[in-house]
Amino acid sequence: MSQPEQTSPPRPEDGRSRLWRAVTRPSRGQVVVAVLLALVGFAGVTQVRTNTVDDTYSGLREQDLIDVLNNLANTTQRAQSELQRLEATRDDLLDDSAARQTALDEARNQVEVLSILAGTVPVTGPGVEVRIDEDAGAIQLTSFIDLVQALRTAGAEAMQVSGEGGVAIRVVAQTSFEDAVGGLNVGGRLLEPPYTLEAIGSSDNLVAALRFPDGPEDQFTEDGAELTYDDRDEVRIDTVATPTRADFAGASQ
Amino acid sequence: MIAALGLLIGIVLGLLLRPDVPLALDPYLPIAVVAALDASFGGLRAYLDGIFDDKVFVISFVSNVVIASGIVFLGDKLGVGGQLSTGVIVVLGIRIFSNVAAIRRHLFHA
Repeated sequence: MSQPEQTSPPRPEDGRSRLWRAVTRPSRGQVVVAVLLALVGFAGVTQVRTNTVDDTYSGLREQDLIDVLNNLANTTQRAQSELQRLEATRDDLLDDSAARQTALDEARNQVEVLSILAGTVPVTGPGVEVRIDEDAGAIQLTSFIDLVQALRTAGAEAMQVSGEGGVAIRVVAQTSFEDAVGGLNVGGRLLEPPYTLEAIGSSDNLVAALRFPDGPEDQFTEDGAELTYDDRDEVRIDTVATPTRADFAGASQ
Repeated sequence: MIAALGLLIGIVLGLLLRPDVPLALDPYLPIAVVAALDASFGGLRAYLDGIFDDKVFVISFVSNVVIASGIVFLGDKLGVGGQLSTGVIVVLGIRIFSNVAAIRRHLFHA
């Protein structure tokens, strides 16, 4: 607060020493100042306390209340639009993840189908076990290939050939059959009689494929061998084929 | 010394008594406090200038508070209370700043 100019002549004393004098040797006039400052302190503290405690709107003017209400309405609107935006994002993400899950499931199914087809996984299921004993002479290679072919035609999904001593080969698309001394060369390995062939598929169809006239059963009999079969509820094929990478063939789109 | 003691006593009393502000005075108390602060700083500045006078201080203190509250009261009656109290606070704030600057120049010569 500016004070009106006093008529007293300016003294050489500066502000700092004047303040020091006021602190050390207070004059009687300071009492009034003290009372007023006490009033300021009292009112200030009261106001601060009221301001922190009072969270009701009782002390507000009408215009202030309208402003508060407007602010509240604006905030609500912003929150609503934010909510809508977030919900849209959430729906997008849900759709996305559902689509991804579907694609993943499809890929998994395909992997299972292809693994069985390529013979890279052990499989189990109903099927037949065919046993070929050579009685009189060596069986013809063509009879064996016909047997495999007949079973495939009947819907065999997985096959395994084994010779004496438990040497077993998983029959896949790349498996080759060849005549060899003392047995058959299947997929590059020598199998010696008696041969066992396990096939997984519909047992009835597979048995029918073995027994039709001039079918594998008759053919092996002609060769001088005996074919016996056994249809089972569970055939286990544990051997797997090593998948070979195609060097020349490439998928064309 | 006595003045500083007075300020301290006021603060302690405020903390101890925890008075409730009457609803009618609620919008005016902050304005009054700021006006009183302005008067106090003005008094301190005048003291450092060597032109302090009790009577002038008391009158300026009271009139400051009354005028500030009165302006806001008038503003409330006219429907522009919020704007006017903002204006009063701004003016008083500027005065407090200039007073404190003068006090600073006295005490620190800077």
